Amino acid sequence: MGILADAFGEGSILIKDSVEDRSSAISLVGDLLVASGKATSTYVASMLEAVEIFGPYIVIAPGIALAHGKPSDAVLETGLSLLILEQSIEFQHSQNDPVRLVFGLAATDHESHLELMAELAEFLSAQENVSSLLRCSDSEQVLSLLG
Amino acid sequence: MKIIAVCGMGIGTSVLLKINAEKVLKMIGVEATVEAADMATARGAAFDAQIVLTTPELVESLKGLNAEIISIDHFFDLEELNTKLSKALL
Repeated sequence: MGILADAFGEGSILIKDSVEDRSSAISLVGDLLVASGKATSTYVASMLEAVEIFGPYIVIAPGIALAHGKPSDAVLETGLSLLILEQSIEFQHSQNDPVRLVFGLAATDHESHLELMAELAEFLSAQENVSSLLRCSDSEQVLSLLG
Repeated sequence: MKIIAVCGMGIGTSVLLKINAEKVLKMIGVEATVEAADMATARGAAFDAQIVLTTPELVESLKGLNAEIISIDHFFDLEELNTKLSKALL
């Protein structure tokens, strides 16, 4: 498996019909990071706080959000989680709403996940990849897409 | 030439900006170091920086720095970054 697929631990990918709001989405991808052993619940609080303090800057492209918190001891290992929503939700971003792909990112510091981010950016830059992700119906499909 | 990429937490959008900025710098043939930082350390890190890259929501909080502040909307499209960085550097 490549760097990108490797970053997703066991139980870190979820496809859901809908969630209530952006906080629910962020909590959920945070919980997926905890479930897959990348972080503790303290980190999930940090992920929510980030958006409360700085606004929805985490919606990095149309329909795609990258929820993340502050690197700290609450992060056990660098990793990713993913929530694919059938029904989009609003993050209140000025340009990139509504969102259907919510990634969770746990990183131990500001530098060591550079390669992972580069792979993620490369992957998401291609519209076909984004469209294919949205069509996945289970986590296996997602992992084979990520390569 | 020192460039700082800033986001709230220093691991997400700042890192994406850093990766793209390094690509653009290579394309336009300019040498510079790009550092990813969070809001808390941005002021210190930007002390000797010429350019600060960030997202629109954070521009207000970064006002007053010596460096030129460039706000980027698109993280997966190098065009915008290329245009804005080239303008600032060349």
